[in-house]
Amino acid sequence: MLELSWLLIAIPLAGAALLLTWGKESDRFGHLIATACSAASFVLGLVMFIQLAGRDPEDRSVTETLGTWIDAGAFHVEFSFTFDTLSSLFVLLITGVGTLIHVYSIGYMAHDPRRRRFFAFLNLFIAAMLTLVLAADYLVLFLGWEGVGLASYLLIGFWQHKPSAAAAAKKAFVLNRVGDLGMALAIMTMFAWFGTTSIAAVNAQVHSVSGNVATALGLLLLLGACGKSAQFPLQAWLLDAMEGPTPVSALIHAATMVTAGVYLVVRSHDVFDASPTARNFVIAVGFITLLAGAWIGCTKDDIKKALAGSTMSQIGYMMLAAGLGPAGYAFAIFHLLTHGFFKANMFLGAGSVMHGMNDDVDMRHYGGLSKAMPITFYTFGIGYLAILGFPGTSGFFSKDKIIEAALGHNIWVGLAALLGAGITAFYMTRLMLMTFFGQKRWREGVHPHESPAVMTVPLVILAALSLLAGVMALGDWIEEWLEPATGHPVHHELAVPIWVVTVIVLVVVAAGVALAWVLYGRREIADTAPADSEVSVFTRAGRAELYGNNVNDALVGRPATHLTRALVWADAKVIDGLVSGSADRIGEISGELRKPQTGFVRSYALMVLGGALVVLLGLLAVTLA
Amino acid sequence: MTEYLTLSMLLFSIGAVGVLVRRNAIVVFMCVELMLNATNLAFVSFARQHGNLDGQVAAFFVMVVAAAEVTIGLAIIVSIYRTRRTTSVDEANLLKA
Amino acid sequence: MMLSLLIAVPLLGSIVVALLPRSADGLLPRYVAFGVSVLTLVMSLALLSRFDIDSGGYQLTEDYEWIGAIGAHWALGVNGIGLTMIFLTTVLVPIVLAASWRDKEHDPAGTNSYFALMLVLEALAIGVFAATDVFTFYVLFEATLIPIYFLIGGHGTGQRSYAAVKFLVYNLVGGLLMLASVVGLYVLSTQQGGATFLHADLMNLEMSQSTERLLFLGFFIAFAIKAPLWPLHTWLPDAAGSATPGTSVLMVSVIDKIGTFGMIRWCLELFPGASEWASPVVLVLAVISILYGALLAIGQDDLRRLIALTSVSHFGFIIMGIFAFSSVSMTGSVLYMFNHGLSTAVLFLVAGMMITRRGSARISDFGGVQKVAPVLSGVLLVGGLSSLSLPGLAPFISEFLVLAGTFTRSIPIATAATLGIVLAAVYILLMYQRTMTGPLNEGTAGFTDLSRREVGSLTPALVLIIGLGFVPQPLLAVIDPAVEPVMSTVGVGDPPQRAPIDLADQTEGDHE
Repeated sequence: MLELSWLLIAIPLAGAALLLTWGKESDRFGHLIATACSAASFVLGLVMFIQLAGRDPEDRSVTETLGTWIDAGAFHVEFSFTFDTLSSLFVLLITGVGTLIHVYSIGYMAHDPRRRRFFAFLNLFIAAMLTLVLAADYLVLFLGWEGVGLASYLLIGFWQHKPSAAAAAKKAFVLNRVGDLGMALAIMTMFAWFGTTSIAAVNAQVHSVSGNVATALGLLLLLGACGKSAQFPLQAWLLDAMEGPTPVSALIHAATMVTAGVYLVVRSHDVFDASPTARNFVIAVGFITLLAGAWIGCTKDDIKKALAGSTMSQIGYMMLAAGLGPAGYAFAIFHLLTHGFFKANMFLGAGSVMHGMNDDVDMRHYGGLSKAMPITFYTFGIGYLAILGFPGTSGFFSKDKIIEAALGHNIWVGLAALLGAGITAFYMTRLMLMTFFGQKRWREGVHPHESPAVMTVPLVILAALSLLAGVMALGDWIEEWLEPATGHPVHHELAVPIWVVTVIVLVVVAAGVALAWVLYGRREIADTAPADSEVSVFTRAGRAELYGNNVNDALVGRPATHLTRALVWADAKVIDGLVSGSADRIGEISGELRKPQTGFVRSYALMVLGGALVVLLGLLAVTLA
Repeated sequence: MTEYLTLSMLLFSIGAVGVLVRRNAIVVFMCVELMLNATNLAFVSFARQHGNLDGQVAAFFVMVVAAAEVTIGLAIIVSIYRTRRTTSVDEANLLKA
Repeated sequence: MMLSLLIAVPLLGSIVVALLPRSADGLLPRYVAFGVSVLTLVMSLALLSRFDIDSGGYQLTEDYEWIGAIGAHWALGVNGIGLTMIFLTTVLVPIVLAASWRDKEHDPAGTNSYFALMLVLEALAIGVFAATDVFTFYVLFEATLIPIYFLIGGHGTGQRSYAAVKFLVYNLVGGLLMLASVVGLYVLSTQQGGATFLHADLMNLEMSQSTERLLFLGFFIAFAIKAPLWPLHTWLPDAAGSATPGTSVLMVSVIDKIGTFGMIRWCLELFPGASEWASPVVLVLAVISILYGALLAIGQDDLRRLIALTSVSHFGFIIMGIFAFSSVSMTGSVLYMFNHGLSTAVLFLVAGMMITRRGSARISDFGGVQKVAPVLSGVLLVGGLSSLSLPGLAPFISEFLVLAGTFTRSIPIATAATLGIVLAAVYILLMYQRTMTGPLNEGTAGFTDLSRREVGSLTPALVLIIGLGFVPQPLLAVIDPAVEPVMSTVGVGDPPQRAPIDLADQTEGDHE
C-alpha cells in the first residue's frame, strides 16, 4: 500500500472537483462527502504509516512515480511522491486534524448558504497540502505550495461580501507570491546548477557546489518559507487572514499550511547543512518572529488575532529549531506536530466561543464563560496548559527540547527562546482570564451557550492529543523516527544539567502567568479598550502589529503606486505621445500643403501657366547651356 | 513665316489671359478654344516650314480632341447652370480642399 | 494539399457566410460559420495522422510556383511549432464564434460580415503559420490587417475608427519595413543564383554582417510591433479597448502570435548571427515589457485595456524565452504562445460577458458580482489565475520553462523577469477584488449568471487550461523536436549546465 501516496491526494481532490461542479442538489450532503473524503485519506494514511513503521529504519522511504509531468529539452520533471518518515507524520497531521476540522465545520458553517463550496475549498486545501508534503520534486512541491496558497486565498476571502475579507485574501496571496519569488528562483538555481529539481538529487549534490551557491539556495528557500509561514519580513498577512472563517484559521493558519515553511527547511536540510550562513539567517528569522509574534499577542483584544500572534511566535520557535541544524530538525517537527494539535484546539475553541457570542471577537466583551461553556473551557484549558509547557503536556516536551537545543547553540538565542516562553505564558494567561474568568462583560442580547456535539467532539479529541502527544518524545522516539529523513541528530552538551534548564523554564513561565494574573486576574478589565494615547508605547506598537504594514506600505506600496501612476501617465503622454505626435505632425504638414487648393478654377489655371513657364524656361536654360 | 507664328502667339496669349481673368464659363471655354486654335496655327506653320505632314496630323488630332472636349465641357456647364443658375467658374469651388 | 485545404475551407466558408441572405434573426450565417470553424478544427486534428511527431523538420509540405517572374512560390509546410500555432487558431475560432453568438443581435444586418470576417481571419492565420515562402508569408501577414481593420472599425465600440486606423497604420509601418527586407532578400538571392523566396533556400544565403543585421531589423521591428514589444505596444490597448471581445481574442491570442512565431521562423532561422547580436538588447526590452505591462495593468480601470496590457507583459515572457537561446526556454515560449492564447481568450470573453451585462467596461462600475453570478466569477477567477501562472494551470509550465531556461543564460534577466509573477498576482487579484467582491454595486444588482451557451463556449478553453496544466506532454512532445533544429541553426547552443564538481569550473560559471 505504500505506493499509494497519489491516492491520498486524489481522494480529497476528487471531492473538491465533485463539489465544485455538482449543482445545488448536493447542498444537502456535500459537506458529508467532503468529510468522508478527508477521513478516507486519513485512514489510508494511517494504514500506510503503520506499514512504514513495520519496515527497517533505513527502508522507510518509498518513492512512487506517476509519470512525466514536464519533459522539455534538458528540463525533466516527474510526477513523483515520497512517503517517508517525515512526510508520513505530516500526512497524519494534515488529514487527522483536517478531518476533525471538517467535522467541526459541519456545525460551524451550518447556516452558511455557501457551505458546500466551503467544504470543496477545504478538500482542495487538503489535497494541495498533501501534494506539498509528499512531493519528491521541488516543482511538484511548488505545485502544492501554490495550491495551498490558492486554497488559503479562497478561504480567507470566503465571506467575499466583506471588503476587509477580500482585501485580506489578496494581501495574503500577494505576500505569499513574494515568497514564491524566492521559491521559483531557488528551483531555477537548482536546475541551472544540478540539472534537476528532484528533492533527493538536489540534496545529494548540494555538498559538491561552492558554499555561495548553497547559501543562495538556502536564502531563496528561506524567502519562500517566510512567505508561507508568515515569518519576518513577510509576516504582515497572517493577522489579516483571521478574516476567514475560524475553522480555516485553525486548519490553515495555525496547524498546517503556515508550518509549510518549517517543513521546507527541514526537507531541504542538506542545503542548510551545507551553508552555515543560511542557517544563521533561519535562526535570525525565527528569533525575530518568535519575539515579535509574542509581543503582538500580548496587546491584541481580538481573540483570533491574539492567537494568530501566538502562531507566528510558535512558528518562530520551529524556525529557530530548524535553523539549529541537525541538533534541531527533529525538535522543529516535534513542536510543529504538538503545536498543530494544541493551536488547532484553541482556535476551534475560540470559534466555539465566538459561536456562542454572536461572532463577537473582542475579548473585552467576554468574561466568565467557563460556566456557560464548560466543554469549550476545559478543552481550551488543556490547550492553554500545553502551549505553556505545563509538565506532562505535549508542549512541555516539545518546547523544552527547543530551548535546550537553542541554549546549546548560543546562549543569546537560548535566552530569547526562554524569554519567549515567559511572554507566551503571559499572553495566554491574559487570554484565558479575559475570556473564561472574571465578571461577565457580555453585550446585550448575547446568550452564551455550549456548542453542539459536532463541534465539541473534535475539541475533546484535539484536547486529548494536546495532552498526550508528548509520548512521541519518550525514549527519543521522534528523533529516531525522523533520522532517515533528517539525518542523525547532534546533541550539544550543556554546561548545566537538563533538569536545571527545565526548572528555569518553569520558573520563567510561572513568572509570566503571575504577571498576567496581577494585571488581568485581580483587576477588573475595562470593557472597552483604552485608547492608544493612554497605553504604553509597547502596547501601541503591538496593536499596530509592530508597524509591519506601515513599513511595507512606505517601502513598497506607496512607491509602487506612484510608479504605476507615473507609468500610466508616461505611457499615454510620452510613448504613445510620440506615436500620435508624429501622426499629428504629418497632419499639420498636409494642412499647410492643402492651402493652395482654393477651389478656384482660375487660380489652378494660373498655376498651370506658371508651371508651364517654369518648364519652358528650364528647357531653354538647358538648351542654351 | 514669322507673321504666322506671331499671330499664333498673340492668339494664344489672348486666350490665356481670357482664361485667367474671365469668370463666365462660356467665355473661359471660348478662350481655351482660342488657345487650341493658336497651337493649331503654329503646328500647320511649322509643318509648312519643315515640308512634312506631321504638324498637319497633329492639328487634326487637336481638332478632334477639342471637339470632344467642347461636347463634354458644354454638357458640364449646362448641368452646372441648371443646378446653380450661374455659369461663373468661381462659384464652382466644391473641390476646395 | 492538406494545408491548402485547411486554408481553403474557412475561406470558402466565409464567402458562403457573406453571401447568405440577410435575415432578421441572423441565425443561419451563425450556424454556418460555427459549422465551418468546427470542420476546420476537425481537419486540423486530422493533420496529426500525417504528421510524424518525432521528426523535427517541415512536413505536409507543398510547393507550387506562383509568380514565376520573381520566383515567388505558394509553399506551405509545418513543423511542431507551426502545428501548435495552427491548433491554437483552429481551437480558438469555434470558441470565439460560440461566445460571440449574440454580439450582433442589436445589428442583425452586420451578422454576415462579422462572422465572415472572423473566418477570413482564421484562414489567413493558418496560412501565415504554414507558409514556408517568405513572399507567401508576407502577403498573408499583411492581409490579416484587412479583416481586423474592418472588425474593429466596422463592428467595434467606442473610439473604434481611431483605434482601427491606429492599428492599421502602426502595423503597416512594420509591414513596410519587412517589405524592404523581403526585397533585400530577393536581391540577394538573385545575385546568388536565381530569385527565390523559399525558406529552405534563403537559409543558405550568404550575406555580409551589416546586410544581415539590416535585414534582420526589418523583420524584427515588424514582429515586435505585432507581438507588442515595449515601446511599440501602444496600439494594442487602444485596439483591444474598442474591439468586440471576439475580435480581441483573435487579434491578441492568434494574430499577435504571428509576431513571436515570425521571430522564431524568420528572424532566428534566416539571420542567426544578427539574432545573437541583437539578443542582449531584445532581452532587456522583453524584461521591460514584462514589468512595464504589469505595472500599467495595475493602474488600469478599463477591463479590456487591462487584459491587453497583461498581454504585453506575457509577450515579454515569450520574446525573452525566444531570445534566451536555450532549448528549454524556447520550448517554453512556444508552449507559452499556446497557453497565453487560451488564458487570454477566457479573460477577454468573460470580460466581454461582464461588459455586455453592465454596459460599461470600467472596473469601478462593478462590485460584488460574485454574489449574484458565482459561475461567472468562478470562470473569471480561473482565467485570472491562469494569467498569473498558478501551478496546476497550463500557463505555469510555459512560464516556468521560459524563466528556468533564461536563468541558465542570464541570472539578472531571469531574476528581474521573475518579479513579474508578483506583479501578475497584484493586477489579477486587484481586478478580481474590485469587480467580484465587496458589497453589491447599484449597477451590478441585475446581473444574471452565465447562460448555458456561454458556459459551453468557455468550457473547452477551461478544460484545456486545467488539463494542460497537469498533462502538458502531448503539446511538449510536438514542440520539442521542432525546437532542436532552430537551436542548431542559431548555433549558440544551450548554456552549459553549471553543475561544477570541482571549483575551477565553478568560478567560470560564476562569471557568466
